[in-house]
Amino acid sequence: MTALIEHEQGQQSELEVPDQGDSPLDRPRRIGARPLDLNLSLAATAIGSLALVWVVYEQLLAASGSLGFMLCWYVTFLLMYAGTTALGNPRMEVVDRLAAAVVTGAAALVGFALLTTIFYTFQQGWTAFTHVNFFTQDMAGVGPQDPLTRGGILHAIVGSAIEVGIAAGISLPLGIGTAVYLTEVGGRASKTVRTVVEAMTALPDILAGLFVYTVLIVALGFQRSGFAAAMALTITMLPIIARSAEVQLRVVPGGLREAGFALGASHWRTVRLVVLPTAKSGLATALILGIARAVGETAPVLITSGDSTFMNLNPFNDPMNSLPLFIFSAVRSGQPLFIARGFGAASVLLGIVLLLFVAIRFLARDKGVRR
Amino acid sequence: MTSVLSVSSTPPPTPLDLDVPREIDPGLSSTDRMFHRTVRAIGIFVLVLTGSIGVFLGYQAIPTLRRYGLSFFSESQWEPQLDKIGISSTLIGTFEVAAVAMVVAFPLGLLTALFISEYAPPRLRSLLVSLVDLMAAVPSIVYGLWGFFLLQPHAIYLSRWLHQYLGFLPFFHVDTDPNAADWAQSRYTASAFIAGLCVSMMVIPLATAVMRGVFAQAPLGEREAAYALGAAKWGMIRSVVLPFGRGGIIGGTMLALGRALGETVAVLLIISPAFDIKFRPLEVGTDTISALIAGRFGEATSAQLSALLAAGFVLFLITLATNTVAAILIGRSRSGSSLDI
Repeated sequence: MTALIEHEQGQQSELEVPDQGDSPLDRPRRIGARPLDLNLSLAATAIGSLALVWVVYEQLLAASGSLGFMLCWYVTFLLMYAGTTALGNPRMEVVDRLAAAVVTGAAALVGFALLTTIFYTFQQGWTAFTHVNFFTQDMAGVGPQDPLTRGGILHAIVGSAIEVGIAAGISLPLGIGTAVYLTEVGGRASKTVRTVVEAMTALPDILAGLFVYTVLIVALGFQRSGFAAAMALTITMLPIIARSAEVQLRVVPGGLREAGFALGASHWRTVRLVVLPTAKSGLATALILGIARAVGETAPVLITSGDSTFMNLNPFNDPMNSLPLFIFSAVRSGQPLFIARGFGAASVLLGIVLLLFVAIRFLARDKGVRR
Repeated sequence: MTSVLSVSSTPPPTPLDLDVPREIDPGLSSTDRMFHRTVRAIGIFVLVLTGSIGVFLGYQAIPTLRRYGLSFFSESQWEPQLDKIGISSTLIGTFEVAAVAMVVAFPLGLLTALFISEYAPPRLRSLLVSLVDLMAAVPSIVYGLWGFFLLQPHAIYLSRWLHQYLGFLPFFHVDTDPNAADWAQSRYTASAFIAGLCVSMMVIPLATAVMRGVFAQAPLGEREAAYALGAAKWGMIRSVVLPFGRGGIIGGTMLALGRALGETVAVLLIISPAFDIKFRPLEVGTDTISALIAGRFGEATSAQLSALLAAGFVLFLITLATNTVAAILIGRSRSGSSLDI
């Protein structure tokens, strides 16, 4: 209530300013317009606070650390902005502008962090990226001091492709089958299935790896191999695909199904010829979502696949390297050249994820289906 | 859909009296019966497969719990060769990292969601939504590299600053002199604080996506009513959007917390393992359950593997509880019915 009254007072004081001539009051106010004083005070306080903080922080206190500088600048900016606004506006306006500045600042900070992540990875990966052999060789026989002109990550790229391929090949039919069961057939068990699948999206990725390690490798005596890694990835992927595929099937309009039944089609034919084709792009999105998640999973492959330096095309025998695992072990080794290779591999991984991501957006736009 | 096609019971015996109406529902054809059975079998298989993981972890934890009893939860050291195994320090470390992550991720996620749904120009909105999705899709190892190589050298100054000016608070204390001319930088690195900052990057998009979805559903009528009563934009947000989205805010935060508790690789890259029970997140050294598993599974004997599985089971129970509460809260909120998390 108080806010309302204050606002009225504010309105009155604003109305008093123009003289009582007819023409200016008759002109309708633009509702969404940003008044000039807002833009000016925004720019002025931004510059003023920057200058003040620079003098105090860098020159007088001689403190260091760019993170702290940004933080101090932002806090000073907010204070000065509030002060400037309060000169000619009611309290409500001050709070409103301050809230807008805080919200925008937080969003900008998150966006800035995301951009630095992407640019920093590509920038650091560039040194390894410029050598063609980085994409055409494996790391067999490459010593810790060998220059970047020797060795590459082909084995890791191929390993990632094989592992994710197997995992996707298993989890796609199972995931879509589960989704069809939940949305089309249903039954007494469907509630349990949905609950358990939902719960399993909460499974920390490391536990999927530990489960496969204990069952396949310790108990059943398999080697550490690409297949074991693919199993671990399947366990992390399956709930994601099942869950998002179910959402996609649920938005298929019921009228389409009824039209299929009305034409005399059996349930199976309706699902195969009406429901699944309608949700096609959504199901592709679900698959890509699962692949994008699986290709970057480090913890499960760290436990299950073993680290190889050579090309291995057989998923059932011998360790098989993959991109996340290569990055992890390269960075952990501490050798500057290996860290450069790790960043190169991270750029490749990030590039793959970005590509998959663009594919998702493209598919979603194609059919106008909201994910 | 299912009711239309419900399986009819066996057809009644052929009536002699022709006046009895014919049974219309023909039941399922053999193809459809086959289809239903196959799909149901897949569903049950997935149920058994995923459910068995939880059961398996619990079953494997029994020998450990029987051997160490409650001291498994109170012992802080993890020294299998001395037969001292416990998760109290790692459990505290797990919560410390997650707490730092949530302290950063909750306000940033909430404000970013508000920015996208309320402040951003409508033309940019779908682009921003996909940027948040992209942020969720960036692999955690990439965030780990970012945190270790780019963030850590900057963040230690922030740690030192917090210690210098707020060091009288026990949880900002670090066991070194922050004002020394040649201050011990290494005391501030590899800490729960830096790992938590890095993890917050991974969970912000989760929280933001859920919250934005709920905010976007705040009814237009109530928004306009608030404006009509004279509210400015922030007043409208405070009186309409935030109360409407409360379930989504809490649910999204819990979802992010569940992920933060289980994060492995970024934490493993950043922290240096230490098994002290301490509540000083700014100081070097901590450990989390998932990092413990990733670091120790290699040399583990079967008894130690069982102990790691028990630790994993505890972690699983915690994340499961968190996510279940999140799902219930999101579902119960006025808006959550059509929201997918």
